Amino acid sequence: MDLIFHALADATRRDIVARVLQRPHSVSELAAGYAMSFAAVQKHVAVLERAALVSKERKGREQLVSGEVDTIARAQELLRGYEQLWRARVDAIDALLAADTSADTSADTSDNSDQRDRK
Amino acid sequence: MPVISSERDAEARSLTIVCEFPAPVERIWQLWEDPRQLEKWWCPEPYPATFETHDLTPGGTSEYFNTGPNGEFQRAWWATTAVDKLRRIEFDGGLADNDTKAHDPDGVMHGTITLEPIELGGKPGTRMTALTVFDSVPYMEKMLAMGHEEGSKMALSQIDGLLTGIPA
Repeated sequence: MDLIFHALADATRRDIVARVLQRPHSVSELAAGYAMSFAAVQKHVAVLERAALVSKERKGREQLVSGEVDTIARAQELLRGYEQLWRARVDAIDALLAADTSADTSADTSDNSDQRDRK
Repeated sequence: MPVISSERDAEARSLTIVCEFPAPVERIWQLWEDPRQLEKWWCPEPYPATFETHDLTPGGTSEYFNTGPNGEFQRAWWATTAVDKLRRIEFDGGLADNDTKAHDPDGVMHGTITLEPIELGGKPGTRMTALTVFDSVPYMEKMLAMGHEEGSKMALSQIDGLLTGIPA
């Protein structure tokens, strides 16, 4: 369920993502950079692969690991849209609160216009 | 503007929005707890949400649907996982089958809402931090398919609607 959280919760895995986003690395090349076994690095790569943050491709005897730039770029685009939805929610909440205030002070029209101007 | 910061993290598929409202935390809590108030802002026009059930307690479930101007209809679910009244809400959510209301197995999003009392212009206010994490990009794509491009448009039309309802 929580593939992304899990994948990026580990410092080694975050480091692997940062490296392979710059250029593809073979698993053995990655393994050389960490004080852990080849198998351990391979496990980290597998976790990242399941979260679609990296992809693996066989090239001769090597496995090349690449960052999923398209996935990340698309995520950025979708988050921008989602941010607009949240901004709309926040504005809707603010309008509801403004309605509270003007209901409390409906006799006081100057306060009411303040609330509108703040938008 | 009530939004004071917004941070998108594409690698973690997360969005963090921080905003401040000129109302005490008790009032903001009502906007989350009361389904009739929640549906006034959760899915702004023209895709309003109707909550059929809403239970803001740990283990509580909420079922709602969105309707759109062109006959769109989409069910969704929300499961509250942790609550610290007036301070924090955590929930999972996703799309649901329109006929059976079964949770869509393709993915889930996680929400964490934090409320803090602050002072705004000498009056009690609330800082709200909303963190959302999607578990995959394909699921984000699926969840946000309905109307997200219309975000800014719908905000304006809903605010106009709310302002019209204010007694002069």
